[in-house]
Amino acid sequence: MRIELTVNGVAREADDVWEGESLLYALRERLGLPGSKNACEQGECGSCTVYLDGAPVCACLVAAGQAQGREVTTVEGLAGDGLDPVQQAFVEKGAVQCGFCTPGFLMSTKDLLDRDPAPSDPEIREALAGNLCRCTGYEKILDAVRTAAANR
Amino acid sequence: MTSTETRMAGRLGDSPLRPDGTLKVTGEFAYSSDLWHDDMVWGVTLRSPHPSARIRAIDLTDALRVPGVSAILTAKDVPGENAVGLEHLDTPALADGVVRYQGEPVALVAADHPETARRAAARIVVDYEVLPAVTDPRTALDPDTPWVHADHDNLVRDLRIRRGDPSPTAPVVVSLDFEVGMQDQAFLGPESGLAVPDGEGGVDLYVATQWLHVDQGQVCRVLGLPPEQVRLTLAGVGGAFGGREDLSMHVHACLLALHTGKPVKMSYARDESFFGHVHRHPAWLRYEFGARETGELVYAKADILFDGGAYASSTPAVVGNGGTLGLGPYRIPNVHVDARGVYTNNPTCGAMRGFGCVQAAFAHEALMDELADRIGMDRVEIRALNGMVEGDLTITGQVVDSAAPVAELIRTVRDLPLPAEPAGERDIRELPGGASNTTHGEGVRRGIGYAVTYKNVGFSEGFDDYSTARVRLEVVGGEPVATVHTAAAEVGQGLITIEQQICRTELGVEQVVVHPKDTTVGSGGSTSASRQTYVTGGAVKAACEAVRASVLRRASEALGRAELRLDGEKIVAAGGEVVASLAEVLTDPVEETVEWRHRPTYPIDPETGQGNAHVQYAFSAHRAVVDVDVELGLVKVVALDTAQDVGRALNPDAVVGQIQGGSAQGMGLALMEEIVVQDGIVKNPSFTDYLIPTILDMPPMQVKVLEYADPHAPYGVRGVGEPPTISSGPAVAAAIRAATGKPLRRVPVRPEHITF
Repeated sequence: MRIELTVNGVAREADDVWEGESLLYALRERLGLPGSKNACEQGECGSCTVYLDGAPVCACLVAAGQAQGREVTTVEGLAGDGLDPVQQAFVEKGAVQCGFCTPGFLMSTKDLLDRDPAPSDPEIREALAGNLCRCTGYEKILDAVRTAAANR
Repeated sequence: MTSTETRMAGRLGDSPLRPDGTLKVTGEFAYSSDLWHDDMVWGVTLRSPHPSARIRAIDLTDALRVPGVSAILTAKDVPGENAVGLEHLDTPALADGVVRYQGEPVALVAADHPETARRAAARIVVDYEVLPAVTDPRTALDPDTPWVHADHDNLVRDLRIRRGDPSPTAPVVVSLDFEVGMQDQAFLGPESGLAVPDGEGGVDLYVATQWLHVDQGQVCRVLGLPPEQVRLTLAGVGGAFGGREDLSMHVHACLLALHTGKPVKMSYARDESFFGHVHRHPAWLRYEFGARETGELVYAKADILFDGGAYASSTPAVVGNGGTLGLGPYRIPNVHVDARGVYTNNPTCGAMRGFGCVQAAFAHEALMDELADRIGMDRVEIRALNGMVEGDLTITGQVVDSAAPVAELIRTVRDLPLPAEPAGERDIRELPGGASNTTHGEGVRRGIGYAVTYKNVGFSEGFDDYSTARVRLEVVGGEPVATVHTAAAEVGQGLITIEQQICRTELGVEQVVVHPKDTTVGSGGSTSASRQTYVTGGAVKAACEAVRASVLRRASEALGRAELRLDGEKIVAAGGEVVASLAEVLTDPVEETVEWRHRPTYPIDPETGQGNAHVQYAFSAHRAVVDVDVELGLVKVVALDTAQDVGRALNPDAVVGQIQGGSAQGMGLALMEEIVVQDGIVKNPSFTDYLIPTILDMPPMQVKVLEYADPHAPYGVRGVGEPPTISSGPAVAAAIRAATGKPLRRVPVRPEHITF
């Protein structure tokens, strides 16, 4: 089948999409946007988090066809002229090691800060509990979120 | 011209930003699963559903009929030797007539879409004769237990350490049995890569790994090709933690690529990843300590059994560590240790961060608490009393010839501020059970636990442990630029940042390019054993020194002056006068390649276990504070604080990041992380059922870094990555024991261990 959608503000289309394909597969393998990650492909790790019409979703759990006609924002769409403050904070605070979880954390963090510009630590932890990181122990991710909140 | 006094940022001791950081936050960093090539096809693996079976026949007829399939390969398509393995070549690249664990690769399919390949794989008919499986390592060595490998009994390695009085006695004797479950590395980036045939019979493999050259050797053997025709380049690595030391899809993708003539991409889903790499050995440990009534250890006995699973992987070295380091960082005059690793039909186990020390630490630290309680001594002070100091002998008779600050580390964590005592209404997110709203504080008890450890850094027991670095200095656009080229794998830990820092420090240039990691330079050794900053760092330092000497020699000849030195990007004479800029001297590039080794280690005596087995020891201590809902058996770790001697922190922020991340993995093993295996079958191969700590599970972590430079190591560094994974878990287990009064002789601690 053919899908047409808007990704990071640009109209995109893909042909010969198999009905069983996830949005994640379509983004990564058909649209040249591998920034959203494939750590578990079962909705447990959050590494594939994108916005679907502005709402954060696990792209691995959304069928590509469900994105027909909708707006998708991926990690590749976060930066403008420079890095988004959330991206900048993750780099500066050492929140990135292997970085495989990072795109998902960035999307979840930006979503949190859009809803709550000054979250408490328990609120940050609860909001990011759907994103797994295996490298950092999360301390520097917390630092980065606090910093991003302060700098936005 | 005047000499510049400005010190550029990004040298050793600073914490410059990672050179790959921006790419990683913008989604542009190319991980191994992100690779793509025109005309590429997808490879998938058909795996055995049985832990032990004979393969009577494989019928590909139906599978080959699936439109879009370009190749299906089995063992008979292997052109070279069908054998890989890190220490023993006992592992078929594709099963040949027999399968020895659930998940063993049996066939490969290449197709134009991964789903096509999966469907075709499902149509391969494998006629299995299911055989009895050896699933209990405790009876694997019994005479009536079948051999997992027809040509070898089930003993992989038997290590014994005998020291001092063979029949020691002591007024106070404590003992215990301990069991440690099977932990998974659970790196987030799945096993994946891209193999591209070169059209001349060779192949280029882009893959996520921990040691390119040891992979290359194994791939060459199976393909029957020389190294010139099998070139490896490191793709972006999404974490490793030991799980990428053994091969996964490397050979398979190359086989398919050479067979189809097309680039082949393979990328495991998470469930396959649980079968695609080795795990941390489950272990059964029996310990006995004898001590004086004043607390000094008189003797220690340990019997340690590691379940190695179906293939040897790095079991011999894990047994080596478990045996030589398995009594902890204590001064013990009389020692009797037996450590064994065995074959079974369970999942293969091998390297994971902490490597043989993690399992042992749960036992020796639980027993140290038991000893303290028996004689009425403080649990911190008994560790300080018995803890190694510089100059002590290890249980293999090796002199600890640099700092061994066990007493300082354990007292330091004790003296760190404690979290506030619970008072009044509490945020349920900070209670056991969290947002599940299982308690508002009733039934919750607090406990504090301590643990110490030490870990060898680098490869041991006589291994030729070296790294290679090529450093090039040249002028680009009028500015001096250094390029550092090693094959040492960057897996997230920040080695590339350290390589830049060393070049800036040694050569005084600001711009340092890190060349992609590949096999066109000599081996960097493994990214494991906490060794890369030490060993590859040592190689980069040595290569920089060689480059600097060449540059100054050239400057001396050109300028007719002696006793020159580099200061920033200037050439300076003995009196401080700037005689040239570095750029002026670099009319041609200067390049040097150096192979660098640490001090040699030696095999241990097979009868007594005595010998200088290790090159360096790294020490750490943890204090855990937990709240336990004793009615439901739920645990919330409130604080997990640590002190560690890192020799010298070349990048302080990265050091702290390693320590915090390592601590989280140790906590995970104590509380939740276990691959559940029943009758050789993995019951929980998913992130739904195999739990790793989330940001809600992790507590704040205070980190106190000590820097007692090791005079034998480059810059005084001491390996950092592993100790935190070893001492954190036992501290958590001890804290739960303190909160509950339960003995808790098994990890992960499950709710039923607390409530019943």
